[in-house]
Amino acid sequence: MNPGNEQDTITDEMVQKHGLSPEEYQRLLGVLGREPTFVELGVFSVMWSEHCSYKSSRIHLGRLPTTGPRVLIGPGENAGVVDLGDGLAACFKMESHNHPSYIEPYQGAATGVGGILRDVFTMGARPVALMDSLRFGRLDHPKTRGLVRGVVAGIAGYGNCMGVPTVAGETRFDRSYDGNCLVNAFCCGIVASDRIFLGTTGAPGNKVFYVGAGTGRDGIHGATMASTEFGEGSEEKRPTVQVGDPFQEKLLLEACLELMQGTAIVGIQDMGAAGLTSSSVEMAGRGGRGLLLRLDLVPMRETGMVPYELLLSESQERMLIVIEPGREQEVFDVFRKWDLSVAEIGEVTDDGVWRCTWHGEEVAAIPVAVLTDSAPKYDRPQQAPAALPGLPEIVDPDPVGRLPAMLADPDISDKQWIWRQYDHQVGTDTVVGPGADAALVRIKGTRKYLAYVCDSNGRHVVLDPFVGTAGQVAECARNLACVGATPVGLSDCMNFGNPRKPEIMWQFARSVDGMAEACRALGVPVISGNVSLYNETDGVGILPTPGLAMVGLYEGPPPRVAGRFPRGGLTVALLGGVGRSLGGSVYARQFGFDRHGSPPLVDYAAEVALHDALRALIGAGAVEVAHDLSDGGLLVALAECCMEGVGGIFNVGGDAGALYGEDHGRALIAFAPEHAVQVRALTEGVSFRELGHTGGDVLRLADTHGYAVAELQAVWRNSFPEWLNAGAVATLATA
Amino acid sequence: MRARVYVTLKPGVHDPAGTAVQGGLVSMGYEEVRSVRIGKFFEVEVDDDLSAQHAGGPRARLEEMCRKLLANTVIESFRVELL
Amino acid sequence: MTARVAVITFPGSNCDADLRHAVGLFGMQAVAVWHKDSTLPAVDAVLLPGGFSYGDYLRCGAIARFSPVMVDVVRFAGRGGPVLGVCNGFQILTECGLVPGVLLRNSGLTFQCRDVNLRVEGKPTPFTGGLVGATLRLPIAHAEGNWFADAETLARVEGEGQVIFRYLGNPNGSVHDIAGVSNSAGNVVGLMPHPERYVEADVGGTDGAGVFRSLSASCFGALPLKAPGATA
Repeated sequence: MNPGNEQDTITDEMVQKHGLSPEEYQRLLGVLGREPTFVELGVFSVMWSEHCSYKSSRIHLGRLPTTGPRVLIGPGENAGVVDLGDGLAACFKMESHNHPSYIEPYQGAATGVGGILRDVFTMGARPVALMDSLRFGRLDHPKTRGLVRGVVAGIAGYGNCMGVPTVAGETRFDRSYDGNCLVNAFCCGIVASDRIFLGTTGAPGNKVFYVGAGTGRDGIHGATMASTEFGEGSEEKRPTVQVGDPFQEKLLLEACLELMQGTAIVGIQDMGAAGLTSSSVEMAGRGGRGLLLRLDLVPMRETGMVPYELLLSESQERMLIVIEPGREQEVFDVFRKWDLSVAEIGEVTDDGVWRCTWHGEEVAAIPVAVLTDSAPKYDRPQQAPAALPGLPEIVDPDPVGRLPAMLADPDISDKQWIWRQYDHQVGTDTVVGPGADAALVRIKGTRKYLAYVCDSNGRHVVLDPFVGTAGQVAECARNLACVGATPVGLSDCMNFGNPRKPEIMWQFARSVDGMAEACRALGVPVISGNVSLYNETDGVGILPTPGLAMVGLYEGPPPRVAGRFPRGGLTVALLGGVGRSLGGSVYARQFGFDRHGSPPLVDYAAEVALHDALRALIGAGAVEVAHDLSDGGLLVALAECCMEGVGGIFNVGGDAGALYGEDHGRALIAFAPEHAVQVRALTEGVSFRELGHTGGDVLRLADTHGYAVAELQAVWRNSFPEWLNAGAVATLATA
Repeated sequence: MRARVYVTLKPGVHDPAGTAVQGGLVSMGYEEVRSVRIGKFFEVEVDDDLSAQHAGGPRARLEEMCRKLLANTVIESFRVELL
Repeated sequence: MTARVAVITFPGSNCDADLRHAVGLFGMQAVAVWHKDSTLPAVDAVLLPGGFSYGDYLRCGAIARFSPVMVDVVRFAGRGGPVLGVCNGFQILTECGLVPGVLLRNSGLTFQCRDVNLRVEGKPTPFTGGLVGATLRLPIAHAEGNWFADAETLARVEGEGQVIFRYLGNPNGSVHDIAGVSNSAGNVVGLMPHPERYVEADVGGTDGAGVFRSLSASCFGALPLKAPGATA
């Protein structure tokens, strides 16, 4: 066999540069039965990378509950799908783009959004909502401002151009992200439940089409990069960053959905990380067939490209489509209408071999099963890290007086500066947009609304990965209940450090188990997700950050519930008990105790009772406001409710735990006095405590403190943009 | 002293805007247009006395400005012309 | 008889479906028109939607104005047919020269999606017939909505009542707080805010409804701007 490439003999150095360990290379030799060509080495390096093979995480992910009455497609496809009834389904996934965003924030974040959109419309779904979960380092770290500006501009630049509203998100800060920001992007689409498309091949003889943008030398080895720790010298990896073209992707979206109206497509797969290689191998694997790819027929953007580059390029906005023979003209017609590249590059074969040729010469021939099933799977050693210190007693003579400082905290302050840069209304279905507990988006022509929330709380998870992650699942479900919705599915984006460290692997495994327990208890299946490991710089790992995105369904007349007090004269009550847990809280962090103590526990029965009560209250129209308690606890939640300008008088006081404890299972509600009896009836079995009444423009607390709402608003609204503008470094170079 | 700074995409870096402009020109009948790549052009005026105080003079200073701000060296290269 | 309203889809348009939905809510028939079509079908009005035609690369609207169908749109406008450009549609209209001015980058440099208050003023147009003097709360969603014209053009636009929408609280630095303008005849209007987004009480509000009601009324002859080929 002639590799058709410049290098024939594989050296140890080449193996190492491809990110394969000596043991993995021996495994490769064993399963292949011969030495690979240089092209084949590249193929194995991406297919066996952490990013594509999930080699360190796979055995743990199997413990997650992935089935349920609504689940049509679980993990393993481009995105998961849940049934919404009446012939409709929701298709969604969350995915990380952390490393590329740190290296080039604008393009890294933009292509992260582009990738998750493709994952969804590949399935035949029209994307209807985006969310983003972002993590950055300390505010006073010199890189943070530039990363925030670049990442936000990149998300805006891509999502806005695509015409898909970014309806929710969350942004938090911690020193552990100084050298490793997190960008987790979520997309949900709507699809007819009998028109879901999969990445498969069908019968031998079917034709393989390449559609979308041409292939360049972008991001070669990007998938390998995403699996290697950052360190000195990572600057050199810069040329691997790919450039996004949302305009091209918008055309690709419309063209794919147009072709999907017909019956030509047998299978379709996005070319994401590891590009043509992983997309074609995955299709062949699912179809149980072989594939022949004629690489010289791939549309190219640059001259002089070689098979190795074509197979490993991560050029964006490309798809692989398999059709039945005889339907070629339909594909050409649609993609030419949209001015996109389209080429027939190969066919499905019956020998189970993944084969590539270059002007008629074979350059790679590997049994598909070898590529898909023989990837290494590791049960890496785990060890609980040394116990963190307990939370010391915090001396604070005036905890209520700390409220303004809490509202100015970077994890709590208003992020309007971010979400105003995102078009959150295009599509004209956004009933509740960013800044609320959860977004609520209508499905036109139905009485259905989908609710969206994303959340992750590394502060809690680092103290106890099991409990912290379970708490996050509960928090997401509670957020959905605050807009009246019932959870239908979860997508998880597991951001962790170096899995070769037993402490990190322990965090990962415990986090998975906590998620599994909470998802079972709350009846929420995990239908999609991804794992991002090696989030470390110079040996320092990030907080364990399982990013969760949960989708809920509400059916009925338009729900009328807000997260802020709309008017005076309402009764305000706390559902759930009095708080006391300050471990991992924003309050404790303000005193420097952010790696101390233990996170709040989850009482599943109380959670379920609370969520049911919230849904009943909203469904009956009995409450005008529902707002979940989370970061900053009761007092911050109460102040947030005042941020439309309406204050009130509330009997809220006590110690810091009662004011700022981040205990789960709690929410604030506000209702007209005439609904009091109905409210009490619908909250039976849930701890209920009346706090006071809305009215006026002052927030009065426990007869001891009074804050002009306007002053609190100013602190909450301005602290984040003031910090950004204080370092008004021009962003010319990144935008 | 005046300087001209040209910032262009490095060879091989995808230029979506240039590609869209090329397509637009072709569809308008300029079928001979094979490729368009878009860059940025700056006119910068510097104080001769001040720039002379720095090692390497104005060229070194302008190149530093390019590396730090005017160009995104991840994807762009630059050229400085002193007039 | 139903008024027929063309909504043009350019490559990169993304508010075309929203406009068609809004048109339908007010009893008019939306006709989807592809930018490569060489002729405009028989319609009573033409709407140019928001979005990012050709990715907004080069200049917003610069490439879309050369779409084949625009020849007919310019002709339709010249005959007095009602034409409305929203957001990117407005940018295309300025590139065509159908309405005066240009749209520059927002003074704050970032994309802004938020509500603004507007005053409807100027000469009556097919889209603002009964609205002059009203204050509307509508959303903007743009990075390049900073309307600008030279002093002479600005004086003419102000003097002839061609300022149709004016911001109360300027979000983007536009000169004289101008949010939307018309041509001198008043049948072609462009504006940056999105009236089609606020036409239903449950989704943002209904302050955009007046624009579509006004169009519907004008299509039935309330204004002497009937286009040739109209079916109403």
